[in-house]
Amino acid sequence: MTKNKTVLYSLILAFTFVAPFAFPDFGTQLATLWLMIIVALTWDMTGGQMGYNSLGNIFFYGTGMYVASLICIGLVYDVGDYTNAAGGGIYKFTDAQYFGGLFLGVLGAGLFCSLTAVIIGYLTFGLRGPYFAIGTLGVAIAAGELVSNWDWVGGGQGIALPVYPGDLDTGKIFFYFLFAAVGVGVFVFVKWLYGTRFGAAINAIRDDEEKADAMGIHTLRYKLYTWAMAAFFVGMAGGISAFQLIHFEPLESAYQTINLGIFMVVCVLLGGKGTLWGPVIGAILFHVIKEVTWNYFLGWQWVALGALIVVTVVYFQDGVMGWLMHKHPHLFGIKVEEKTAGETE
Amino acid sequence: MDQILANIGLLFEFPIVNLKIILDGIMVGALFALAAYGLALVWGVMNVKNLAQGDLVICGGYVSWWLVQHGFPALLGVPVAFVVMWGIGWVVYKLVISRVIERDLFTSLLATFGLAIMIAQILNLLFGSDTQSVDLGYPTLHFADGLIDLPIAKLIGVLMAAVLATGVIIFMKSSRMGQAIRATAQDARAARVMGIDTEKVYAFTFSLNSAICGAAGAIIVMVWVIQPFYGIAYSIRAFVIVTAAGLGNLPGVIAAGLGIGAAEQYGAHIFGIGYQQAIAVLLLLLVLLFRLIQQRRNRQVLK
Repeated sequence: MTKNKTVLYSLILAFTFVAPFAFPDFGTQLATLWLMIIVALTWDMTGGQMGYNSLGNIFFYGTGMYVASLICIGLVYDVGDYTNAAGGGIYKFTDAQYFGGLFLGVLGAGLFCSLTAVIIGYLTFGLRGPYFAIGTLGVAIAAGELVSNWDWVGGGQGIALPVYPGDLDTGKIFFYFLFAAVGVGVFVFVKWLYGTRFGAAINAIRDDEEKADAMGIHTLRYKLYTWAMAAFFVGMAGGISAFQLIHFEPLESAYQTINLGIFMVVCVLLGGKGTLWGPVIGAILFHVIKEVTWNYFLGWQWVALGALIVVTVVYFQDGVMGWLMHKHPHLFGIKVEEKTAGETE
Repeated sequence: MDQILANIGLLFEFPIVNLKIILDGIMVGALFALAAYGLALVWGVMNVKNLAQGDLVICGGYVSWWLVQHGFPALLGVPVAFVVMWGIGWVVYKLVISRVIERDLFTSLLATFGLAIMIAQILNLLFGSDTQSVDLGYPTLHFADGLIDLPIAKLIGVLMAAVLATGVIIFMKSSRMGQAIRATAQDARAARVMGIDTEKVYAFTFSLNSAICGAAGAIIVMVWVIQPFYGIAYSIRAFVIVTAAGLGNLPGVIAAGLGIGAAEQYGAHIFGIGYQQAIAVLLLLLVLLFRLIQQRRNRQVLK
């Protein structure tokens, strides 16, 4: 079993490395796929494992975008002047400034998002169930609206970042590997985390928070740590996205509540909530469905996606992993005693 | 910042401006209260948190707008939207809502969110993304040297909202179905034992909610403008109002609706119209935090 697993993981890792070279036409698509995997895995940390269904994780994505680009710009130029230029001024970035700004920016975005997660979490973690979902959704929408009125960061126009220095295809592969690195990092991290005492504690919070509290688990602290970790990765993903997209604006691309903000939840539900592989499978499935609908039902793609959300949530909430677990429990190490009614030992 | 201070100064310099803002706020708030009442009804009776509330409102608006485009009188739009949205609500109930009632609340939240996206996009495909409105052609009254302007259309809209609300209240209080709805809200199982067909009650309640929203939308299209993607704004306001007022508290819902309408108008006046949406959402967060602190005092959480 362990040998099989090693082979499987090496195969996946090898595919990760080969994919952008094997399918050069799909470079951006594959990068987006990794983004979906990152946000789905991190959403599952709170949603699936801890039982706190956040609709506001997109807040960290948008904030990550802004923080990363502000750091990159702020290291070289005055941010107010830069965002005010509206294409008029000429702002050049040397290679060192670009890459230095990118790495510092992405890291800074992750750290800043962790910090905001702790603050927002402190205020909102008293809300349970649907109130938490609505409250976090409110945070994300409010942030988008406020940022789009904030002229210093470009207002509703958003920010235009420098273009990747070098040729376009190398740029695509560069961003693919950035996303892939974060994605693999998240996966390894959560795989390790769910096996530790910490993982058991957040599962206990999901199953019964009052009892977990009574057992001596400092629930608020665990919740804050978990959300801060999730926010760290989402913030980094947002930062990378900002550089990949080059130009972004607050409502449609940064704080895109009804796009990515809801997609990540659907990915997790499609794949199976509270499992390690569920979010990954869900993200891949969802991304494929999304691209197919985008290509073949142009105009109706959003209706199709809305329908997909409704159908997934209403009819298929356990997801692929849940369905597998139900059909083939032995694959998951669950033993089922075959017994018919009335039969005694 | 100077602009904000100047705007606040204006309020004290010309006190009559306050009256205008409050009047506007009450008119907006009356319509918010209608949508919020529908939400409270559904939330209380079948424990479904309907995020598609605002989109049902906008849908009703488009029904009325379509009628006017085809040469029908505008005032006819309100009853027609009520009936049409009743039907749509019934279909939505049968297809989606009936399957999420017994499930946990996040399911209903997410399912209705998907529904909201679908409704908005279908409207967008059918009618385009331009803002639309219906001009009733009535004059505007002016008071206090033109500082206060009161379009008669708005007066009619508020009046219709009041009539609709009164009708629904009387219906809930005295009709047989209203009693059954209230009984189901109190205890669905006991209601079933007493011979109430709760499935029918649920279907009726959701259709009624949808119809109320539709009528509200038909009023909104006469007074302001609608656009396929405006729905979420109304959903959020409905949530603010219901969270602030609590379930099954109709006077509270109306008071909170009017209050939030006024608060939003003040916010838009002081900070600028660009912040209107942000203010609505921040109000929601404030209400949630306030309720949270209230609960924390009793060592409880907001469930």
